[in-house]
Order: sequence, then structure tokens, then C-alpha cells
Amino acid sequence: MFGITRETGMTKRSTPSLTGRIFGAVLGGLLAAVPATLHAESVLTVGMTAGDIPLTTGNPDQGFEGFRFVGYNLYDSLALWDLSERDKPSDIKPGLATEWQVDPNNYRRWILKLRQSVKWHDGCPFTADDVLWNFARVTDKDAPQFFTQQMALSRTYVTNFESVEKIDDNTVAITTKVVESLFPYSMSYLLMVSRCRAEALKYDWAAYANAPSGTGPYRFDRMVAHERLELTPNKDYWDPKRVPKHDRLVLIPMPEAATRAAALMTGQVNFIEAPAPDTIDRLKSAGMQIVTNKYPHNWPYTLNFVRGPMTDIRVRRAANYALNRAEFVELLNGLAIEEYATMPPGTPYYGNPVRYEYNPEKAKALLKEAGCMPCKLTIAISTSGSGQMQPLPMNELFKSQMEAVGFQIDFKVMDWNSLVEIGRSGVPKYPEIDGYNGSRALLDPLSALIKPVWKIHWSPAGSNWGHFYDPEIEALVGQILNDFDAEKRLTELTKLHELENDRALMIWVVHDLNPRALSPKLTGFVQAQNWFQDLTPIVVHP
Amino acid sequence: MIKYIFRRLLYAIPIAFGVSVVCFSLVYLAPGDPLQTILPSDASADTIAMVKAAYGFDRPIPIQFLKWLGRVLVGDFGESIATRRPVLLEVSGAMSNTATLVMFAVPLSFSLGYVMGAIAGCFPGRMLDRAITGTAVMGVSVPNYWLGIVLVIIFAVEMMALPATGMGANGSTAFSVFRWSDDRFLVLPVITLSMVPIGIIARTTRAAVAEVLNQDFVTTLRAKGLSEFAVVRHVLKNALPQVLAVMGLQFGYLIGGSILVETVFTWPGSGFLLSKAIINRDVPVLQGTILALSMVFVATNLLVDLLQSMIDPRIRRS
Repeated sequence: MFGITRETGMTKRSTPSLTGRIFGAVLGGLLAAVPATLHAESVLTVGMTAGDIPLTTGNPDQGFEGFRFVGYNLYDSLALWDLSERDKPSDIKPGLATEWQVDPNNYRRWILKLRQSVKWHDGCPFTADDVLWNFARVTDKDAPQFFTQQMALSRTYVTNFESVEKIDDNTVAITTKVVESLFPYSMSYLLMVSRCRAEALKYDWAAYANAPSGTGPYRFDRMVAHERLELTPNKDYWDPKRVPKHDRLVLIPMPEAATRAAALMTGQVNFIEAPAPDTIDRLKSAGMQIVTNKYPHNWPYTLNFVRGPMTDIRVRRAANYALNRAEFVELLNGLAIEEYATMPPGTPYYGNPVRYEYNPEKAKALLKEAGCMPCKLTIAISTSGSGQMQPLPMNELFKSQMEAVGFQIDFKVMDWNSLVEIGRSGVPKYPEIDGYNGSRALLDPLSALIKPVWKIHWSPAGSNWGHFYDPEIEALVGQILNDFDAEKRLTELTKLHELENDRALMIWVVHDLNPRALSPKLTGFVQAQNWFQDLTPIVVHP
Repeated sequence: MIKYIFRRLLYAIPIAFGVSVVCFSLVYLAPGDPLQTILPSDASADTIAMVKAAYGFDRPIPIQFLKWLGRVLVGDFGESIATRRPVLLEVSGAMSNTATLVMFAVPLSFSLGYVMGAIAGCFPGRMLDRAITGTAVMGVSVPNYWLGIVLVIIFAVEMMALPATGMGANGSTAFSVFRWSDDRFLVLPVITLSMVPIGIIARTTRAAVAEVLNQDFVTTLRAKGLSEFAVVRHVLKNALPQVLAVMGLQFGYLIGGSILVETVFTWPGSGFLLSKAIINRDVPVLQGTILALSMVFVATNLLVDLLQSMIDPRIRRS
């Protein structure tokens, strides 16, 4: 009745009394001298920051952590991210599509060659029909496979999708609503699930969640709802270099940072995400490996361009000059780098943006010139949340530095969900808010640079939260999306990055360094400059 | 007695209805979006509207409530937005995991708290009383999530004697209380969870015993020449109804699962489920869990009332 299973053959007589068990449990635990050997085989056990196991029915929930551990392990998309290198920013590469090109006669039409001889985990072959079926699953309400939840989780990535057609068994053509030279990036976020398995289960997606079938490097083995997901290597994976080098991957949700650190030190897990900065020294002294790398993440304040002080570029620049970012890095125990522009240095389109070095005198002068003294700002912040780092102490530091030059900060503190709601609704619903502090994933140029400034994305229609508009930038965006020459487009993207920086589009603070802690028994992990990571090369030594 | 039970059961019906109204409305008072789990943070307004319509969140709240209530009355609590699993399954699974903790925490905390309180009450003002009262106050005052982390540091990280987190090495479905390797996972959460009830029950028992000891009938008992042991037995029996009421509340507290304790130990119980449902605004799970836990409170209170009336018939007459 209470979820308790009895061992077979155990009689009531041999069962110790309840009191005996309690005291036995307490005393025995205290006296146990030998630590438990929890992993007898080659098992990679990950303590995730997610509060729950990400969905297994295709595109996962739990943000990019869901993609990182479940999505891209069970499934593939037409384009995949190259996560094999540590020293350069990662970009997309062929996935289930081996190549793609825009139709020279119609720039809205993309022709994709599909990978041959790929098999789903259930044994069925991957075909062009599967691609059509997968697009219908998230876009065609009348299709039997349409799944509202997946539509919601995929919608952002198929907003520009119009139709898909089969050219032959190995080729499909995707037509977009408007010309978009960056469309291949969107294809990396739509994970392909098995039509065979879905049909066999009669589109029962709850059943599918417990028997998912993809083409990814891991196969589903076992799931205990909310507690653990166990995957095993797909020995027949189409990319032999990415066949997992361990016997089993176990994913455990552990939202509490202290719990993750303790679980790593006791050997219950051997890989944890995001150890808290104040546990790093302790983990190092216990022999754990701490790995960090820059990646396309930032921790900025997104601003209101409709009303209030932030409509004045002098105030925005003053705010950027007011911040001593080195103190933020120190606060984070070195697990971040100073941020002076949207993208982290090293990004191909980083360019040469203005460096808003800490200069309180300049900040004061700009505020005086703008006639905003004291300059009152209402900022929405969250107490925690995905990618939010250490929001409370960091915001306290932000407040103290801003107020030192003449700003007056009024924080509206809320939980992550409420902040997301503000982020989605934008300034039309929250005109009184001058800015909000939400971390951003800058994985592709469309999400990183274009959506936050493009008029078509003014909230609530899209992610231009503060209704930013600049005719020069608007024209440049149009140029980028119509440019199919990669080199020329790179120059234009660089110019866009510099222009956004010049306009002080945001108040930039830090880029996270994405710390992870690994048991000394693990080797082979290459931390890519990406939100996603490849776990397949990890070797677990006894 | 039967009439009394029947009357108490009738009282429980409007309470249950009131609880259902409150627990349904409460989740809509909180800011945030019930579809946050499945909508990307940059979802556009038309996507949100489409998904809201698909899940029925576009209808007026009273209509949503009536539909929900109609389903609940036939045992259908709906599906989790996040997992699509039936809410009943989610809640029952989580409550059974919490019950595993409670099964150990209740005897530990109730017996220890009662014994400590009784001893302190029998020796008011003495050193023993002060020591026990001090311990009880500490038990109530120390934040249990802090205590949990400290216990993990000492017994799991430093001594490597007990596991730090989880419900068994292979998850709750493979967990067995008849296996020591699994019981090791119970020790720290049970101790942490028991601290508050121990303190509260000890203090309540102490106050009740001390109060009863000052009553005239105790003087009469002693005057009749009863042994001190027999006197204490009478005192404890008379103090019991008051203690029982507090134990009932504490049982409700324990079965409700502690969000903090279960999060610290990643124990997949009702508190952990509730915290995930709150963070994700998984409205059906949130409503189902709150309703189920509230019903446990209502049932526990009913049971305690009946027990009290059995122990002390004066309660029934009043």
C-alpha cells in the first residue's frame, strides 16, 4: 500500500520489529564503516539541476538542460550541434540531414538530403516520410499524430515553417513563410521521434514516454517517474565516433545544489551540473575535477524602450559604465567572465564592441547630462531560475553599484515562473517595469542578436521585450536574413553585434562559465562552448 | 457514539467542499503561467493562446472549477501538464513515498516527544525539565533543511556512513524497507523530519501534564494513598486528549511531506511533488496534491476527534 515491496520468502517471524528496524537503521547507519558501492558497472550517473526528469516524448521540457541530457541523447534532429571541441564556439553540423541548401529559384525553399541507413531504436528505417510525419506532429492540428504538448515545446522553432514536401525517399524540401538565411539553425531544435513506435502505441503519448524510440546515441532503458532515467548505449548509432563509451547513463534530478555536491562526494553520482561557487574548493579538495568553459550565455538586464529612463541612450550607457564587473566575478568565485557585449569574446561575430569599463565618474556625468538624478528604476528579478546563477547576491551587488553613481533601484522580487511571465508578456502588459534580469541562451544568431531587436518580434508576439526599434538595425536585420553568402553574412552579424553594443541594448554583467564537477574516475569529457554537451566520450573507470 | 460519528462526518462534507474551492482558487491567485512547463520562455502570444485553448485554460475560472469538481467527484483528477500522467497516480505515488518516511517518523517522534514531555511535566522546574524543554525548543527552532544539510555533511560526506540523497539506489519502485541497503536511505530524512514533531509534542505534553498535576483530583489520588506510579498513570491519561489533538496535527504535517526536507534529500514524496508543481505551475497536479493533503488533514482531525471522544466522553457530550 505504501509503495513498499516485500522480499520474497521473508516471513513475518523473521521480520524485525518496527522499533528494532528504526534503531537498527539509525545505529547501523552510524556505525557502518564501509561506504556503499552503488555502481558496480561502468555507469555515468548525472545529478541534474532540473527539478524533474525532462520529457521523453520528443522535444523536452526543463529548458536546454532537457535537450542536453534527454533530447539529444535519445533523439537526433536534421541538423546537430558539433560538440567535439572545447576551444572554439560550436556550430551546427549535419545530423539526420547530411546536407542542405536553399533553392536558387526560391529562397524560401530549403532542400535537404537525408542520411541513409539510419534506424530508429525500434528497428524501423528512418525515411523522408518520417520527416514529414514529424513536422505534422507539431504543426498540423488535423494529423492523428498531432500532440499539443509537443506543439507547444516546438512552436518557437517552427514559427517560420510553412510546409514540407517529399522530393524522393532521401530528399525533402522545407518551405518557410519568409526568407530566412539562418533557418538551418531552427532545424537543430526539432527532434525526430519514431513514427513506427507512435503508431504501434496508437498515439498514446503517455505510453510513448515510457517506451520512446529515437535515432540518438542512447536507448531508453528504464524510468522511475520524477526520480531517475536510465539509458543504455545505442551500439548501432549511425555515427560510430559517438557510440557511448560507458555501459549506462543514469540521469537524476537534483535541484538543490548542496544535495548535488553531497551526492558527488559520497559517490552516489559521478557528474554534477552547476556546483555552487562556495562548494568548489571543498569539491576540489575531495579530488573532484571542476570543468568550466565559456559558452553562449549572458546575465543581463533587458530594458524598456517605450517609457522611462531607459529610453535615453545616455542613461543606458551610464548604467553600463556604473558596473564594476570584476566584483561580480569575485562574488562568483571566478566562475564567470566580465560581460561588455551580448556575445562572449571568441564568438565569430563578436567584432570590436565598445568596452563599457567601470567608470563611475563617466556614469555620473551621463546621468547628469540626461537630467536623471536620482535616476529611479524599477527592475524585476527572480529569486532563482534556469541560468539565473546567484540572482539575489548578484542583484544586491548590482543595486549597490548602480546607486553609487546616482541610480535608485526598486526591485520587484518574484519567483522564476512570474519573471518568465513578465518576459513573455513584455512592456505592453508591464509598462511600469524599466527592465528585468533574465539570463539568455545565445546559441544561434537569430535568438541571440536578431529577435531582441527585430520589430516583428515586439512582445508579446516575440522576444523583443522592450520594443526596441532602430531603423539602421532593422535594415541590417533584413539584409542578414536575405544574405545566403556565409562570409558576407558573418560580417553583417558582426556589425549587428557592434551596433547593439553601441546602442547599449542591455545592461551587460557577466557570462557564466558553466561549471561542472566530475568524479576523478571519469575521463574523456570535452566541455564544448555550448548549452548542449556530448556525454558519449566519457569513460568511467572502476 | 454512532450519532456523534455521523454528525462529525456530516461536518466534514462542507469542510471538504470549502477546501476544494480554496485549493482550486489558490493556484490562480499566484502569478505565473500554468503552461510554463511546456512553453518556451520566448513563446509568442498566439502560441500561448493556442495552447491555453487546447488545455482548456481559456475558459472562465468558475466553469473550469465546475468541470474539475465534476471530474474529481468521480475520481478523475486530470492529467499532469508536464508528464501527462494521471494526477491520481502522481499524488498516490508521492504520498506512498512520504508515508514510508512517516511510518518511521511517527513512532520515533511521537514516542520520544511524549516520553520527554511526560518526564519534564512530572518534574517541573527541575534540571531535567529545563534540559528537555531546551532540547524541545531547539527541535522546533532549528530549520529542518539546515539540519538536513548538516546531517548529510556529517554522516554522508565526512563519515561516508549513509547515503546523502534519494530513495534507494535504484529509485522508489525498487525500494524495500526490509532491505538494509535501502533502509540506509531513510535514516537521515527520518531524523530530520522528526525533529519538529518531537519538539512540539514534548512541549505540549509537558504543559498538559504539568497542568493536570495541579488539578484537585491528583491531590485526592495522593490522599487516597495511591502510589506515585499510579498517580502518574492517571495524569497521563487525563493529559492525553490535549496531546492527541497536537499529534493529529503533526501527523497531518508529516503526511503532507516537508517540501524542504524532501528537496534536500531528493525524496520523491508529496512535498517534493508539491514543490515541483508550484515551480512549474502544473495546475492539475497542484490542485490534486493540495486537495489530497487537505483531505488527509480533514480525515485526521475527524479521527482525532473520535479518539478524543472515546478517551474522554465529556467531549462527546459537549
